[in-house]
Amino acid sequence: MFKWIHRFGSAPFVYRFAGALAPWIGFVCLAILLSGLYLGLIVAPEDYEQGESYRIIYVHVPAAILSMFVYVVMAVASAVFLIWRLKLADIVAQASAPIGASFTFLALATGSLWGKPMWGTWWIWDGRLTSELLLLFLYFGYMALRAAIEHPQSAAKAAAVLALVGVVNIPVIHYSVEWWSTLHQPATITKMGERNIHPSMGIPLGLMIVGFQLLYAYVLLIRMRTGILKRESRASWVAQLPEVNNTMANSKLSGTNRV
Amino acid sequence: MSEIQAFFHMGGYAWYVWPSFLITLVVLVANVWLSRIQFRSALLDAKRRVVAQAKKNNP
Repeated sequence: MFKWIHRFGSAPFVYRFAGALAPWIGFVCLAILLSGLYLGLIVAPEDYEQGESYRIIYVHVPAAILSMFVYVVMAVASAVFLIWRLKLADIVAQASAPIGASFTFLALATGSLWGKPMWGTWWIWDGRLTSELLLLFLYFGYMALRAAIEHPQSAAKAAAVLALVGVVNIPVIHYSVEWWSTLHQPATITKMGERNIHPSMGIPLGLMIVGFQLLYAYVLLIRMRTGILKRESRASWVAQLPEVNNTMANSKLSGTNRV
Repeated sequence: MSEIQAFFHMGGYAWYVWPSFLITLVVLVANVWLSRIQFRSALLDAKRRVVAQAKKNNP
């Protein structure tokens, strides 16, 4: 068991494994996003209440779900880092923050573009929108805190604590539409038991959500590799990597021209 | 109105639907692009370090 954890938690293994996995995830992600777009924009019928404007759901809902999902990943990784001092967990949390911030921004922007024609306003200070905006500031705060503290170990610890404290905001976002009366419509697909979205709209929405998840996975793997390279820059295994220790390519860098 | 025109018209909501999809495209592409650029730059740093080390050992 511990051997297993050691193997999968070791930086060289994760670096190589992420590099091997990422292209496949990227390819599947692209295929799923394109089919979701085709079914959502061209095949799916218009909504009887909202007309064509409802199609914003195909980007708004995946972005909003991922904005919360990425935060939960970040908080869990932060907890693992604080409890077991696993450096890799800190790398996961650090790599997730900018991705989560971008999804939160996207959820707010597309929500605004949907709110204007449906509610008559770009923005209201209700529970859902305000707590989602707070989520964006939590991501910014996390990144700012990391950047502000000089010593990497203290920066990682402080940021992990912030991520854990901020996780209380996630259930607030989720239940905000039930707790407070608001213009925002309640959840479309999470009501258990009753099916309240037709498959012609539900399938493209599901594809877009999976596509966004895979995009997160892809970008996370790349960012993890970057994080590992930076932290392990002095390790001998980095110097021995074929993509690093390539004499042909490196002769250009050193300016010598051996023929 | 032709089918293609109707598609871009989006039932009168074109100015809300298309910017939403455009901004999504920008954010997703930027995520992939920036992460790859940063990875390449980290790789380049590692290469430079190896080259510098080799020069030091073998001037």
